[in-house]
Amino acid sequence: MAKLESKVPSGPLADKWRKHKADIKLVNPANKRKYDIIVVGAGLAGSSSAATLAELGYKVKSFVFHDSPRRAHSIAAQGGINAAKNYQNDGDSVYRLFYDTIKGGDYRSREANVHRLAEVSVNIIDQCAAQGVPFAREYGGLLANRSFGGAQVSRTFYARGQTGQQLLLGAYSALSRMVGAGAVELHTNSEMLDLVIVNGHAKGIIVRNLLTGAIERHAADAVILATGGYGNVYNLSTYARQSNATAIWRAYKRGACLANPCYTQIHPTCIPVSGDYQSKLTLMSESLRNDGRIWVPKKKEDRLKEPNAISEGDRDYYLERMYPAFGNLCPRDIASRAAKRVCDEGRGVGESGLGVYLDFSDAIRRLGENGVRERYGNLFDIYHEITAESAYQVPMRIYPAIHYTMGGLWVDYNLMSNVPGLFVLGEANFSDHGANRLGASALMQGLADGYFVIPYTIGDYLAGQKPGSRPSPDAPEFKAAEESILGVTKRLLSTKGREPVSHFHKRLGKLMWEHCGMARTASGLRQALKELPQLREEFWATVNVPGSGDTLNQSLEKAGRVADFIELGELLCLDALTREESCGGHFREEHQYPDGECKRDDENFGHVAAWEFQGEGKAPLLNKEPLNYETVKMSLRNYK
Amino acid sequence: MVASSTSKSSLSVTLRVWRQAGPNQPGKFVDYAAKDLNPDMSFLEMLDVVNDDITTKGEEPIAFAHDCREGICGTCSCTINGKPHGPGRGIATCQLYMRSFHDGDLIVVEPFRARSFPVIKDLITDRSAFDKIMQAGGFITVRTGAAPDANSIPVPKHDADLAMDAAACIGCGACVAACRNASAMLFVSAKVSQLGLFPQGQPERDKRVLAMVSTMDAMGFGNCTNQYECSAACPKTISHDFIARMNRDYLKASFRSVFKPVSNSTGGGAA
Ligand SMILES: Cc1cc2nc3c(=O)[nH]c(=O)nc-3n(C[C@H](O)[C@H](O)[C@H](O)COP(=O)(O)OP(=O)(O)OC[C@H]3O[C@@H](n4cnc5c(N)ncnc54)[C@H](O)[C@@H]3O)c2cc1C
Ligand code: FES
Repeated sequence: MAKLESKVPSGPLADKWRKHKADIKLVNPANKRKYDIIVVGAGLAGSSSAATLAELGYKVKSFVFHDSPRRAHSIAAQGGINAAKNYQNDGDSVYRLFYDTIKGGDYRSREANVHRLAEVSVNIIDQCAAQGVPFAREYGGLLANRSFGGAQVSRTFYARGQTGQQLLLGAYSALSRMVGAGAVELHTNSEMLDLVIVNGHAKGIIVRNLLTGAIERHAADAVILATGGYGNVYNLSTYARQSNATAIWRAYKRGACLANPCYTQIHPTCIPVSGDYQSKLTLMSESLRNDGRIWVPKKKEDRLKEPNAISEGDRDYYLERMYPAFGNLCPRDIASRAAKRVCDEGRGVGESGLGVYLDFSDAIRRLGENGVRERYGNLFDIYHEITAESAYQVPMRIYPAIHYTMGGLWVDYNLMSNVPGLFVLGEANFSDHGANRLGASALMQGLADGYFVIPYTIGDYLAGQKPGSRPSPDAPEFKAAEESILGVTKRLLSTKGREPVSHFHKRLGKLMWEHCGMARTASGLRQALKELPQLREEFWATVNVPGSGDTLNQSLEKAGRVADFIELGELLCLDALTREESCGGHFREEHQYPDGECKRDDENFGHVAAWEFQGEGKAPLLNKEPLNYETVKMSLRNYK
Repeated sequence: MVASSTSKSSLSVTLRVWRQAGPNQPGKFVDYAAKDLNPDMSFLEMLDVVNDDITTKGEEPIAFAHDCREGICGTCSCTINGKPHGPGRGIATCQLYMRSFHDGDLIVVEPFRARSFPVIKDLITDRSAFDKIMQAGGFITVRTGAAPDANSIPVPKHDADLAMDAAACIGCGACVAACRNASAMLFVSAKVSQLGLFPQGQPERDKRVLAMVSTMDAMGFGNCTNQYECSAACPKTISHDFIARMNRDYLKASFRSVFKPVSNSTGGGAA
């Protein structure tokens, strides 16, 4: 049984972080250079932490599977980043951002972590502006804001439709500075394939050099994983194609608990699927919901009619109708399910019937075409490239798609997993978004973790580790881990069956979307849990991985990742089956109110479900961390 | 105007693809038939389908770089029919759709070609030289936590907008591949201009441009002879005006670095 101590400090909520910072142990400046820290991943969370830890004097080794840290998936975030600056004077505050995030997460996140997130959000904007991040500005030269789902204030900072790109390039420039200064050793094209544990502590990793195929051992005093989310379990998603769960999955298999895997987020506004060859689903930023109005025809028979030929009276602006207070800006899970519902009723648009309109004609009347272009031009361009349609003339067609994963490795208040020395940041951990993440809060969390939390909290662990006590990479634990990786590689390469890896990824994706997607049922999940082990067996028996292990081999990379996705998919379904309630992104059809809203069961499920690996072929063990709400009262989410 | 997304007539093309097993190994073009393609599929999805075919035949699929598949990460990097990122304007390879081609077309696919971007395998090149240039000076030095309130330094909207135009660079290297001199001036000037347009970027302005340009030279990139192929190939259509801007910065910085008075105190108040 894993020990899950949340280590949430005592005292009033608003004082916890300040008090904790004053209480935790420090590493003195001269000693910092005696500690090596491995950071896997260089998205927002990884780059910001690697740069900051190096500034502090630690010796940092940074690993990414990309050819450059600048290519991390964070680059694709479009809409913006939240911060409680209250620059708009519209009543925002740290408390409000905290409260919105807790409520948006459907009361399944840890209060203290979320409050800290809201507190440091303001520092993030300062930091990024100082780095030269080109945030949108008003004519007076001050920063501009927009609003995002789940909030009634304008607290989202943005850089056109490329906020993630600009924030990542800011963090990447900070990281580059430290690489140039010799304070960070950068390993690109390096994929972590295993975590090495020595005497119960995370002390290193095994990586494959993706260019040469060489398997390398790296030892350190602590290991940080900032490896992103696992949404590609569903194959089709808004994630970059290479995003994968291998790092967290292998850490899970070494004893780190995986928390709430069933909390997956479906984004309501993505470009619908067009064919079987499809490799990804493109997101149309949530910011579009500021000015776009979502509707479907009232009558089924209008479904294939030209949208502009459907009169106002025959349109159902269903979000405005069902959620008048928040309208088109209600949270993602709610907007997604509402889209599914109207499509299930047969009113979905487009050939497949799996689509709803996002209409800008009112906004164009109000702001002019140029006004709309200024706000969303690049998104309209993307839409045009993909569909060959102009959203200035006809409404966009959109449909929900997998977009983010709230679940992840379990961490305590210090962002340390239950394995001492293993820290987890950004989307890879589980802590801040509960059962549903609000828009523009992932970027905030990644940078909060990396710039402003881990630089303090890692000291608390390292201060207890004697300088120079880290094991050598020749230790038997490293050797054993390396051998197990070599074994897996050999097995994958020697099967030479009939099916390419993509075949299994597609099947896995379909299965997961059908049984563990927007709406889940016990019988569907049981069915998935029956089929997944079969898929796994088939994979190992019939996969075809051409080529060898000692060169660049993309088939081999994919095979390892898909093998892990299949296993993770199983845990995801098990978690979804075990959680007999609906909350946020986890919707169990058995548990809903008559109007289709989520029916939580706080008494029996007001906890974090942290799964612990028990060995191949054995059922994982469920550990529970109770969620104690000291300040907010768990209540029914209401956006009406 | 491209064909409408509802046109469902399929197309078949022949791909002539550069195959090279590894760095410093000889490469050659190999033809592949890609049949019955849906015009709505992306160019990379077409490669996926071809690769699954090749794999099923037991051969090694075509290695190509890709990730986000929406034109923002800068990973994809094919030269298609002689043009980096292919025939479309202002798009990356991953944003190219098969509806841009005709039934029966021969499509020649190569890696980005440039001295400073050696081929790793098939269509994948090593672009780490860009990272080296960034490490030399592509940043504003600001220690985490030391920044003043973001609104304490207003930035004229016009400057911020222009900085954003430059900052849109995705670091793909198409500018280098398109340039007959394999120059990296567009890439470098975009970063130099972005940071130089902010008040925050002024203290290191001279140092930055000198360091980035000298690293660019050291990495073997060529000179700019004002052909502007770079901007034409850029998926973000970054303007070559930034090159002129950087040249001015560079001249001023070189001049100042010679004549600027230097403080005698180097350590600065160690106590
Ligand atoms: C299309 C899109 C738009 C979005 N828009 C927004 C938005 O507007 N606002 C917002 O707040 N959020 C948004 N998000 C969510 C947000 O972008 C992500 O949650 C966040 O960027 C994740 O950052 P990260 O640092 O945790 O991980 P990532 O950016 O995913 O980085 C993961 C890193 O880990 C490395 N890595 C992974 N596995 C390994 C391994 N085994 N070995 C070595 N390296 C490894 C990768 O190379 C990479 O560097 C969006 C997401 C998508 C998909
Ligand atoms: S794959 Fe990211 S830009 Fe093309």
